[in-house]
Amino acid sequence: MNSERQKPKPFLISCPECDLLHKIGFLHSGGAACCSRCGAVLHRYKKNSVARAMALAVTGVILFVVANVYPFLGFRMSGQIHHSNLVTGVLELYGQGMWMLATLVLATTILVPALQLAGMVYVLLPFFLGLKLPKRLSVYRAVIHSHPWCMTEVFFLGILVALVRLSKLATIIPGMGLYAFMALMFVLAHISAFTDPHLIWSHGEKDL
Amino acid sequence: MKISPPDNRKPYICCHSCRLVCRRSQKTSGLKMRCPRCGAMLHYRRRYSVHRTWALIFAAYIFYIPANVLPITNVVSLGKKQSDTIISGVFYFLDTGMWPIALVIFVASILVPLFKLIILTGLLISVRKRSTRYLRQRTLLYRLTETVGRWSMLDIFVVTILVALVRLGTIASVEAGPAAIFFAAVVVSTMFAVSSFDPRLMWDAAERCHDGRKK
Repeated sequence: MNSERQKPKPFLISCPECDLLHKIGFLHSGGAACCSRCGAVLHRYKKNSVARAMALAVTGVILFVVANVYPFLGFRMSGQIHHSNLVTGVLELYGQGMWMLATLVLATTILVPALQLAGMVYVLLPFFLGLKLPKRLSVYRAVIHSHPWCMTEVFFLGILVALVRLSKLATIIPGMGLYAFMALMFVLAHISAFTDPHLIWSHGEKDL
Repeated sequence: MKISPPDNRKPYICCHSCRLVCRRSQKTSGLKMRCPRCGAMLHYRRRYSVHRTWALIFAAYIFYIPANVLPITNVVSLGKKQSDTIISGVFYFLDTGMWPIALVIFVASILVPLFKLIILTGLLISVRKRSTRYLRQRTLLYRLTETVGRWSMLDIFVVTILVALVRLGTIASVEAGPAAIFFAAVVVSTMFAVSSFDPRLMWDAAERCHDGRKK
């Protein structure tokens, strides 16, 4: 945690969108450094970023388990009730022979979010325990590269659209899993907003 | 056809993963280098950026047609089978008076993929022509396609949920249609196309032009 309290050293960064080289110095609270040529955000000041991101990641792991274990949605039509879980859609698609589609949905709604949460816990743990974990920066690289494929919020909008479409046919019973998934969506969106990539990369540098 | 920029113009190279700025020397310019911090391969620009992006865009244009023509869901209720395409789904919501949802589906599954393809094609042509105009606006367009693209997965997820919920055998059940696979292919290939396009290629043209004027 010490590295966060010290005044950060200025460092070089090259703009990811136009490749102009910048030197990033001290940023005030809430400040952001933008590229002077194309306007891309280069670096943002984040207060207590490690502690906040870790808290969110642990919350996310708990919510993820709840969302996957508890019933997700119930469907009541002409006296029959069907409960479904988060994976039910994937299994049904697989059963219909759409294995490619099933894999894509499984990856974007379950596997990648799980990777994001577990990966962030793994990457942030050394900040608290002072131990060295192997392949830490490679894990963080995987987390960053898989981030666009984490589509919990899109999935949630999909749930809303599907429910509106079915609302005239049948009664929908939201389950515990749905509420957990809703919270998980906000947690996942905020983890990346709270983490400071430069801090993690430069902290990992010392392990090498 | 020369597309990639001269490889040894700048004295530094930036890691694509951890964005560490590394010094490059003439000695190592031809060798494969790894980032000393995160271990990723170092490239001056994303590799084969223009070729890969063109290939993925062409694939997406081709997939876009069956995705819109073929049925995306087959609803079986009381023995009758009804097929819906993406557009007929939009009209279903319009007819029942739920126009906000019709608008969401129309934007997410018809407009966004099409605009993404058109924008990327335009950006690629501008790189090919080494255009130096509207650089900031073009970078902004690229950033827009990067953030907005994932929302076109919406229709796939709607189908998944319908399939998961409505399974009462012959009374009512929903099957995913063939268009769902093509539509997913459009979304996936445009997402890869966006990530393989390197916006710095546009600025390289401007720098080349600027350097030329100085001399």
